[in-house]
Amino acid sequence: MSDIASRVKAIIVDKLGVDENEVVTEASFTNDLGADSLDTVELIMEFEKEFDIQIPDDQAENISTVGQAISYIEEAKK
Amino acid sequence: MKLRRVVVTGLGALTPIGNTVQEYWDSLINGVSGAAPITYFDTTNFKTKFACEVKNFNVEDFIDRKEARKMDRYAQYAVVATEEAVKDAAFDFETLDKDRVGVIWGSGIGGLETFQDEVVNWSNGNGTPKFNPFFIPKMIADIAGGHISIKYGFRGPNFTTVSACASSTNAMIDAFNYIRLGHADVIVTGGSEAAVTIAGMGGFNAMHALSTRNDDPATASRPMDKDREGFVLGEGAGSLILEEYEHAIARGAKIYCEVGGGGMSADAHHITAPHPEGLGARNVMRNCLRDAGLNPEDVDAVNMHGTSTPLGDIAESKAIIEVFGEHAYKLNLNSTKSMTGHLLGAAGAIETISCILSIKHGIVPPTINHFTDDENIDPKLNFTFNKAQKRDVKVVMSNTFGFGGHNACVLIKKLEA
Repeated sequence: MSDIASRVKAIIVDKLGVDENEVVTEASFTNDLGADSLDTVELIMEFEKEFDIQIPDDQAENISTVGQAISYIEEAKK
Repeated sequence: MKLRRVVVTGLGALTPIGNTVQEYWDSLINGVSGAAPITYFDTTNFKTKFACEVKNFNVEDFIDRKEARKMDRYAQYAVVATEEAVKDAAFDFETLDKDRVGVIWGSGIGGLETFQDEVVNWSNGNGTPKFNPFFIPKMIADIAGGHISIKYGFRGPNFTTVSACASSTNAMIDAFNYIRLGHADVIVTGGSEAAVTIAGMGGFNAMHALSTRNDDPATASRPMDKDREGFVLGEGAGSLILEEYEHAIARGAKIYCEVGGGGMSADAHHITAPHPEGLGARNVMRNCLRDAGLNPEDVDAVNMHGTSTPLGDIAESKAIIEVFGEHAYKLNLNSTKSMTGHLLGAAGAIETISCILSIKHGIVPPTINHFTDDENIDPKLNFTFNKAQKRDVKVVMSNTFGFGGHNACVLIKKLEA
């Protein structure tokens, strides 16, 4: 697992209070990990802070799974 | 229409001198002070360096970590104290009609720490408004009642009363009235506060409202004492289950007492100073007695607002003499704030719990830290100084007065069939 992927997963485990092994690539924040709309906004903000990036709202809307978050951040950090 | 009778069937307390009702009562009758140096933040630059914090409290013992993180401390306290009260009331959740169960909570400020932290966080940034999405729902003063309703599925009337230090008394009076009028059969009421924060201490210090007795915190809250010099900030929650009498009887509930009446008034005088003659305090006690249909001579004890401020204690003592006349000298008066500190919007709730337990146990908790009489306060009044006193309490009143000149008083009486 890449460094980015493990940091993303750690944030999700912390903020959503889920078990680490539930945080798989295809898991959806809302459908699989119990996040509501406010949790999702908070996750995006934590990603921004952790990786020192800006995720515009229109792009944040497209980040709804663990895998999407990891690839977005990996792309942004290139 | 005939008003319905209202009784108390459950209690919960999370206070600076005890994290359950039993611990709270044990400390009250033993005269334990909850004041100590502040542990939450560095007080080096603060005029007052102590407060009555809740102690040995780990929220995750009660609330799932993920949920707890979305609550300000004031809401966590509300949920935890209510858990004890709901257990105490021993409802059968299979048969309880949750549409007829409401929550009317009180908080003077709400999520002060959340507000403080979010604004500090913004101010440390580059001006872009990066606020946490839970900022508003953590901070707002009504959210504690929302959390309680969600946890238990109570779908009756639900709101929060805000009247500074009278908030939870207003909540209890509203709960009483809503049940009396038939809008609900059971209401979870009470209040919570968590203002021992940088903003809270700094703000109250700026008003010269707090004691600065940093060399001896345990004796700083000394209501009616000549050398009192301000209140001691406290925090925590008190939760009470109010229930319609027949509803309680039908399910065989344990009944602590009956709620006899509630009174409200305003000083209409000054934003923070009490009326010097205690005009609002006098009116609120009279309104309460009238609502209860009782005479001053029927009352055994009064839990005073008694914050340990120079002006407030004098005004309230004068008001008690005006309302009760000669009978004032037969009352057991006390200020449990001498032990708990001032829980602001939660004060009325925990003090009413103390009153209820006085009825149950026949003991009036003391006003501790009395060293020297104040010549401006009638020495013939019995303030239950320093030691608890035995007393068969049948009728007891609890006073609370808030910044803004809001006064609220509730009367509790022994249940008679």
